[in-house]
Amino acid sequence: MERCKEIAKQVRIDSIKMTNSAHSGHVGSMLSMAEIIAVLYEKILRVDPKNPDWEDRDRFILSKGHAAAAVYSVLAQKGFIPQDWLKRYYCDDGKLMGHISHKVPGVEFSTGSLGHGLPVAVGMAIAARYAGSNRRIFCLASDGDMNEGSTWEAIMFASQEHLDNLVLIVDYNKIQALGFSKDIEDLTPLGERMELFGWSARRVNGHDVEALNDALKQVPFAKGKPSILICDTVKCKGIDYMENTVESHYRFVPDEKLEEVIAKIGG
Amino acid sequence: MRAVFNKTLLEIAKKDKRIHMVLADIGFGEIEPFRDTFPERYYNVGVAEQNMTGVACGIAMEGNIAVTYSIANFPTLRCLEQIRNDVCYHDANVKIVIIGGGVSYGALGMSHHSTEDLAIMRALPNIVIEVPCDNNEAIGATYAMIEHNGPFYYRCGYKGEKDIHSGPVDFKIGKAITVREGSDITLMFCGPIGSEVVEAADMLEKEGVSCRIVSMHTIKPIDKDAIVDAAKKTGGIITVEEHNLMGGLGGAVSEVICDTGAYPKVFKRLALPDVNVCKIGGQKWIRDQYGLQARGIADSIREALGKRK
Repeated sequence: MERCKEIAKQVRIDSIKMTNSAHSGHVGSMLSMAEIIAVLYEKILRVDPKNPDWEDRDRFILSKGHAAAAVYSVLAQKGFIPQDWLKRYYCDDGKLMGHISHKVPGVEFSTGSLGHGLPVAVGMAIAARYAGSNRRIFCLASDGDMNEGSTWEAIMFASQEHLDNLVLIVDYNKIQALGFSKDIEDLTPLGERMELFGWSARRVNGHDVEALNDALKQVPFAKGKPSILICDTVKCKGIDYMENTVESHYRFVPDEKLEEVIAKIGG
Repeated sequence: MRAVFNKTLLEIAKKDKRIHMVLADIGFGEIEPFRDTFPERYYNVGVAEQNMTGVACGIAMEGNIAVTYSIANFPTLRCLEQIRNDVCYHDANVKIVIIGGGVSYGALGMSHHSTEDLAIMRALPNIVIEVPCDNNEAIGATYAMIEHNGPFYYRCGYKGEKDIHSGPVDFKIGKAITVREGSDITLMFCGPIGSEVVEAADMLEKEGVSCRIVSMHTIKPIDKDAIVDAAKKTGGIITVEEHNLMGGLGGAVSEVICDTGAYPKVFKRLALPDVNVCKIGGQKWIRDQYGLQARGIADSIREALGKRK
């Protein structure tokens, strides 16, 4: 599990540097999912960087496409893309756009507008079943994603179809674009709601790599039901002065603070 | 036309196991044969068009062909961003089929009229748009839709459309079909309103006006050669469509004329005005209200050619 922690640390460092260099936002969304994405790519997803189009690979869709840099970091660490592509994020003649793009090797699907990931994941889960493949479909969503009507349309249909090859992971940092989710569109009690909608729900500390690994190793949580793993996370985890703030959705770490912030993370 | 479409798709699906149908709880009396023949390739996601389109995209991303199907604007405008971001951007093999193009659903009212779809769908990159005019074209368009690899919008009619072609047509995406030769003017139409155009031409024939009639079944990619040809061969072009005046067939044809410099002597677009259609009545009656029945079309042609009745 030490390797997962190392990958997560590097996700944080890359995300901070990339958003600093691009003067772009969403660093808080990237840092809250660092452990989730690290555990997925290190321990859970059956994918092969040498053969990214392998037919029976597990599918991973980042529905919170604005946190793309975190995924790009892992793809670079895992060898799907060259390391130096990270320097061409969100810039003129860039290689990596601000929202996740399927034009990047290893990326299954482009998103950016919320509420698009889960319906497509449901379609992919249906296609896997039709093909008789044991591949799994993982979709990572945000608080904002869980506001979208299309997400709930897909939630209802996934349980109707008993898609136990589908896993929804929620990076539940409880902040969205204009404030705290409890003040905007309170999702609590999310687990209970999802159980009522016919899903099997579990909840973990989303920064605890052991807990994440233990939970994700056990999918499907119930036979014949789609699984949801609710990950309690802290927005912008790792940058103390920006943790759990709405501002971390918009601000980047300025040059004068960069060294200190990265040193604190251990870089 | 709806029945012919469903029958044709069923026939093709018997041979092509990639074809899946993804519905949003619409299709009563038409989709049951597909449902009962291929239950493993049939999904009703409930009244949820965004999910229908996203699910179809996910199915199509895995090497299948997914057909979404509903009436009027439900599978297009209701889920437009899913079509743009998911289907078109990923070049997913999703076929979007609407039943009841134009004002087919008449007195059901404005919510069930598909009268801006061509303009809106035409603005999306990477999609083919077909508007078959009769059952002959509907069959050809269905085969073409499945053969084409990529996003496809099929604007189907409803029921009881008159045949415009006398038999099976040589249907090719992006290739207009000449219904009748003529020398004074070329009438370019798309969809079942073509029967009104033919009737108008018949009226004018008796007055000594020779109309050339062309079915522009493909709105995108538009047949540029047919447009340039029409401008050169006849005295002018008049477009006729059951769609808002903005951005549909007439818009597409005029863009080609401007881009190529092939200006016809006479050019006119006949379409619904830029209003929300709230007149209550059947398809033919509503057409008539806006001068889109045969006699209204004939009047407009005479006017364009400076002729008196």
